[in-house]
Amino acid sequence: MSEAGQLSQRQPLPVGSAGKLSTGWWGILALIVTEASLFGYLLFAYFYLASQTEQSWPPEGLPALLVPTVNTAILLASSAGVWAAERYVRQGRRQSSIAGLVAAIALGSSFVVIQLLEWRDKSYGITSDLYGSLYFTITGFHMCHVVIGLGILMLLLVWTLLGYFDGRRHAAITIGGAYWHFVDIVWLFVFSALYVSPYLIK
Amino acid sequence: MAIADITQRPINDDLDRVPDFGRAPSGSDIEANLTGIWETAPGWRGWLSTVDHKTIGLRYIVTAFLFLLIGGIEALIMRVQLAGPDLTLLTPEQYSQLFTMHGVTMIFLYALPILSGFSNYLWPLLLGSRDMAFPRLNALSYWIFLFAGIFMYVSFPLGQAPNAGWFNYVPFSGPIYNTGPNIDVFALGMVLLGISTTVGSVNFVVTLFRMRAPGMTINRVPILVWGTLTASVANLLAIPAISLAFFLLWLDRQFGTHFFDVANDGKPLLWQHLFWIFGHPWVYAIVLPAMGIVSDALPTFCRRPLVGYTAVALATMATMLIGFEVWIHHMFATGLPAVALSIFGAASMVISIPSAVAVFAWIATIWLGRPVFKTPFLFFAGFVILFVIGGMSGVMTAAVPLDWQLNDTYFIVAHLHYVLLGINVFPVVGGIYYWFPKFTGRMMSERIGKWSFWVMFTGFNVGFFPMHLAGLLGMPRRIYTYSSRMGWDGVNMITSVGSFLFALGVLIFLVNVVISLKRGALAGPNPWDAATLEWTTSSPPPAYNFAVIPTVASRHPLWEDRLEEDSGDNRARSNFTEGYLLTKGRETIGTSPIDAKPVAILKMPDDSYTPFFSGLFLSLLFAGLLLHWWSFTAGMAIAGGITLIIWMWPQKALVQRIAAGRGP
Repeated sequence: MSEAGQLSQRQPLPVGSAGKLSTGWWGILALIVTEASLFGYLLFAYFYLASQTEQSWPPEGLPALLVPTVNTAILLASSAGVWAAERYVRQGRRQSSIAGLVAAIALGSSFVVIQLLEWRDKSYGITSDLYGSLYFTITGFHMCHVVIGLGILMLLLVWTLLGYFDGRRHAAITIGGAYWHFVDIVWLFVFSALYVSPYLIK
Repeated sequence: MAIADITQRPINDDLDRVPDFGRAPSGSDIEANLTGIWETAPGWRGWLSTVDHKTIGLRYIVTAFLFLLIGGIEALIMRVQLAGPDLTLLTPEQYSQLFTMHGVTMIFLYALPILSGFSNYLWPLLLGSRDMAFPRLNALSYWIFLFAGIFMYVSFPLGQAPNAGWFNYVPFSGPIYNTGPNIDVFALGMVLLGISTTVGSVNFVVTLFRMRAPGMTINRVPILVWGTLTASVANLLAIPAISLAFFLLWLDRQFGTHFFDVANDGKPLLWQHLFWIFGHPWVYAIVLPAMGIVSDALPTFCRRPLVGYTAVALATMATMLIGFEVWIHHMFATGLPAVALSIFGAASMVISIPSAVAVFAWIATIWLGRPVFKTPFLFFAGFVILFVIGGMSGVMTAAVPLDWQLNDTYFIVAHLHYVLLGINVFPVVGGIYYWFPKFTGRMMSERIGKWSFWVMFTGFNVGFFPMHLAGLLGMPRRIYTYSSRMGWDGVNMITSVGSFLFALGVLIFLVNVVISLKRGALAGPNPWDAATLEWTTSSPPPAYNFAVIPTVASRHPLWEDRLEEDSGDNRARSNFTEGYLLTKGRETIGTSPIDAKPVAILKMPDDSYTPFFSGLFLSLLFAGLLLHWWSFTAGMAIAGGITLIIWMWPQKALVQRIAAGRGP
């Protein structure tokens, strides 16, 4: 009998989607790697074109920081809600977990609304100049991810309300939560590039 | 055992279990039970819903091979046009569409998909698992590949096929110079195909880390697995670059954005950067798994293990790592600063070091072994020769001044065909000869096989070697005809003759496939006396692959008796007759990433229609984008979203949720 066979043939093993032992957890990590690359290339395109242009950059002058900064804080706060929801479900506190998810969805939706207002107030559009094309494409890609992320959070909320998860089986929340955290963290990069970097690089 | 658990924890529903361990002799109830659990329903229902990696793998191989034939026919038509000077078989526009579709078909619709086919079929068998990590994702990946292939060909019969070359440089492919639907079809088709490649790559990466047989530690996995793993990781990092490039181009063309718009400060070089940041890793993605095929199959015919397993595995990853730092060698002639050219030229030369490591390992394996000159061996040995020739011309063009001379000439065409046919097509055909008995249960004819090799090998060299000379004589690539005063008549005629000879060789191979499918000698489980796990199971394998999950103790589980070095110290032996049985629904064992210790019982999904419909709705969504049918597009997005929700809905059978109310 070989060593590997003897290792654990009599040990009980978790069955099915057990937290970070689930294949879904590994799958979402791989997906995040490729999505992060996508945003990396978007920002590469932004900095490449910014470095090559002969115009002043951004052409409309430096962006206002107050509203986007508040909005960034709102989005990061929503991550805390998801984090809490996962913690509570692990402790078997379903009501608190639901509250965490509801808070996250509310904050995430506020981010979307504020961002839409921000878009409306811009004096340029996606076709007016190169900067406009970049700004709306990059933030548009991110918006798309936020909307999909909100859909995932709503599904997690429905499933939690249906009593699908308890302290020992809640891989879906871990996996969906990881995606939401990714969407929030990648915004920090988008925010730094589009809003902060023009102040630093002139 | 189970009783003790139940008394300790009364609510031990089915979240933890001691897996059954034992034997499943052939003809036993356990086997019959497993067949019932794993087999796909007959008829069209099973056809649309199957998630069996073996079926999907064969579909990939057959579909990709059909694309190879289509791309080949396009090449032959071009070779007729170029056989002599001033021929008028094709108009310039037709010629542009043909060489574009030839490149697109071969590089995107054949070269990687065929390797995905091999890996899909073989990985679980090589790794001792019952399926890939995400069987439904696997099916989705195939369906999107098929639909994307069809998508990219829809405008071909209308004479509106992509026409700007497979790397599709702006501004020629931009809205001003290319007004038809040609490029939009290409752009959206590539984004769609990118989704297929991405989900396929996720599947391979997770499968490697989670689905190996107990005992198959990371230093015991076959090289093919290393090759596909490396390619898949690279794809995860590189595919977004090209998907983004094509998406931005589509925005430029359809909505008037300015990314590549020179008049408004857009930069055509951004396209080249994004394309080649993807393009060069992709070149390695479409050869490394094929090199893995050779590294695994060649030793079987040398009757000894591969020389330098560790070196070859590391060289595989080193090649890809450096492969991410050479993309600018496609852009030497674009006026970039000399520093950039020097660095990327040097990196391009450095990459020959890991390639040489692999080449010398194969040569040493042949040298130190006792070669058996069966057909697969011929293809693998032929591959080594062609790789060396293609590698040499690659090192030559890595030198910046020489590249300036040779850029956009037939020398480059010769180089890339030596590399891509040499490293991809020859191992693939050899691999089909090698695994055909596993796929079908029958051997391929040796006699016809040897003919197919020699005709293909001769035809290939007669066809492609003179292209080097045409390039040195200054013949630019992608011209639809030439004047006889240029002095290119002879080399072109020889090339055209060689290309038809090569095609004849492929035809002989296909005849062999058809004949052998019907009349080939029956193959046992291990007709080649090979060393790896796929040969422990019957040919073709049962739906569940292994009745007993094997336990692996070495790199060459089937050769342990005769290889002293693997068994000298601890006398460990792989075990194929006794192991985990896992018969409570579709199950396989999940192991730890490095040591392959069992850590979980993985519940595998049943056959499902959701992959087919997700793929269909997604593809129709892209058709809607192409045609500007916005409400149709929105409808397809909603339909696709609903399908995905059904797919993702946590299932009790997969233990993705608790069994509410303590039901079964």
